[in-house]
Amino acid sequence: MLTFTIRRLLFAIPTLLFISLAIFLLLELAPGDPMANVPLTVPAEVKEQMRQALGLGEPVPVRFWKWLVQFFWVEPLNIFDHMFGTNFAEGKLRIISWQNRAPVFITIAERIPQTLWVVGTSYVVAILIAIPVGIYSAYKQYSVFDQAGTFVTMIGFSVPPFFSGVLVIIIFAVQLKWFPSIYDTRHVVSDWDSFLVQVRQMFLPVMVLALQITSQLSRFMRASMLDNLNQDYVRTARAKGLREKSVVLIHVLRNSMIPVVTVIALGVPAIFGGAIITEQVFKVNGIGQLLITAIQANDLPMVQTLTFIFAVLIVLFNLIADVLYGILDPRIRYD
Amino acid sequence: MTDARDADTPVGAEIETVAGSAAVMGGEPVLATRARSQWWDVWDQFRTHKGAMVGAGIFLAILALVVLGPLFVEMENGIKSNMRARNQPMSLEYPLGTDRLGRDLFARMIAGGRVSLAVGLAAMALSLLLGTLIGVLAGYFKRLDGPLMRLTDLFLALPLLPLLLVMVLLFREPLTAAFGIEVGIFILIVSAIGITSWMQTARIVRGDVLALKEREFVLAARSIGTPARRIVTRHVLPNVLSPIMVSATLGIATAIITESALSFLGLGFPPDFPTWGRLLNDGVPFLELYPGRAFWPGLAISLVVLSINYVGDGLRDALDPRIRGR
Repeated sequence: MLTFTIRRLLFAIPTLLFISLAIFLLLELAPGDPMANVPLTVPAEVKEQMRQALGLGEPVPVRFWKWLVQFFWVEPLNIFDHMFGTNFAEGKLRIISWQNRAPVFITIAERIPQTLWVVGTSYVVAILIAIPVGIYSAYKQYSVFDQAGTFVTMIGFSVPPFFSGVLVIIIFAVQLKWFPSIYDTRHVVSDWDSFLVQVRQMFLPVMVLALQITSQLSRFMRASMLDNLNQDYVRTARAKGLREKSVVLIHVLRNSMIPVVTVIALGVPAIFGGAIITEQVFKVNGIGQLLITAIQANDLPMVQTLTFIFAVLIVLFNLIADVLYGILDPRIRYD
Repeated sequence: MTDARDADTPVGAEIETVAGSAAVMGGEPVLATRARSQWWDVWDQFRTHKGAMVGAGIFLAILALVVLGPLFVEMENGIKSNMRARNQPMSLEYPLGTDRLGRDLFARMIAGGRVSLAVGLAAMALSLLLGTLIGVLAGYFKRLDGPLMRLTDLFLALPLLPLLLVMVLLFREPLTAAFGIEVGIFILIVSAIGITSWMQTARIVRGDVLALKEREFVLAARSIGTPARRIVTRHVLPNVLSPIMVSATLGIATAIITESALSFLGLGFPPDFPTWGRLLNDGVPFLELYPGRAFWPGLAISLVVLSINYVGDGLRDALDPRIRGR
């Protein structure tokens, strides 16, 4: 198991390097010019100096190398400094956004809490709903509950978030006026009342996202339970005279959770990046919204850093899912 | 038209599959004795899946409406602004009302549907082509297996929606300059979606080809000196057709959703060129006054995707010989 993990970790390094190169080269083709907004009265040599200051004058391989150093060395040092009050990273050039001339990671750190609140909550809610639903609809296969559940998950699959979001806004915010349609980011949770306000404004985006995630997870849960319910060990457990509850909720459930846990792990990167559309609909200024505005403003360092962070998360959680699978299921041997 | 057929199939789509196909066979002994291709069995199995039949009916109805719509609806009303008829409610003249420039929303929906469905079908075709090509090459030729599968893994590790957005942003200008704005963006969106969605198909096809390659009939074909190209086209491809068909249906659904998402984020087709996602996006600012403007395009997208997903579900069951045989 350990050798497998180490081997996978080592293999992740060239993968990530290649992905970062691909993203870098793709952005290299971008037609946008960060100097386009500088007034024409600024002389050419000053413009050239500004270009140099942004780190643009150098050849492609040098810039790629510098970006790698910044991403993997300077920025972690900064995080370390921030956490322990040291100053290892002093004087080192960080990745600077072209939009607001501030380090990219500071902006990202500002945006992460909103994304984690909204998308993280919906992920937890979705897991809490999907697992019981999946268990029950597999246990009562083809019952009315199962048929209805299948229909709802089909809808959750098919209705894109930009429509379900609009729909819940029409129903709950415009017609019923129960919840606000726009997420107020400046809202600070300080006491019970402000916490309730926070819950109310989170309700709609969480509902939209949770519907989507629930439908995927409950399908997996149902399929996995169905696989296990017909196994011999279930018949043995019943033959021993175990109560139905412990047969289903202990014997079957524990085995069915194995693939579901890995699917849950694989979905975690989406928490950070995948809610781009939902954030846009409800005006949550999280990571996804940051990416959209950066793309629209041609802020290449920001786009590059964010996409690469997403890629790192995807690779990392793929690895975690594989390792988890090996730990949870003793039948699987990687070596 | 599907409803008429649907009525005589047994109720309880999945559990009575066995009884259903037996009833269909038993009810028509003439068919059973006549030589029939396996596609008739697939069709019989498909017919017992109620959701799939309804889904196919809805999808074909929407397709027919969108394709034949211009014969009945004055399409000019969807393009020309008509200030006298601004913000009209639903009426006989304007079935879905008009927008803030007095354009007929129904005509715009039909025009948008043509683009959305065309994008969906074209992107699906491209991603199937890529996926099948890579899957067959990786499965059949051992030397290519490693590199091609690493490539697939790499694509799977890419954050796709951000990259799609970046690609659309980057290649928008050169392509519109080369092909004109409508064709240019159509090519751009179709190829962007196609390039980022072939991986699942490739994996499935590779797995099936790997298994098929070891079967006797392929060995026999090889022993009489059939060149690899013909083994692939004559013996391997027809046998991997069913997984390809299933991923084709699901591919249309994802392609339509992706196109709408891009249009919704304002990175798809230009504003005066309606697609369903674009219309939905245009309707969002007027949500409180005229919710219909965002509702109808969204409903169209969701209905199409839902019906396609049901068709895919039914097709998967129908093409699975383990279920069909019983």
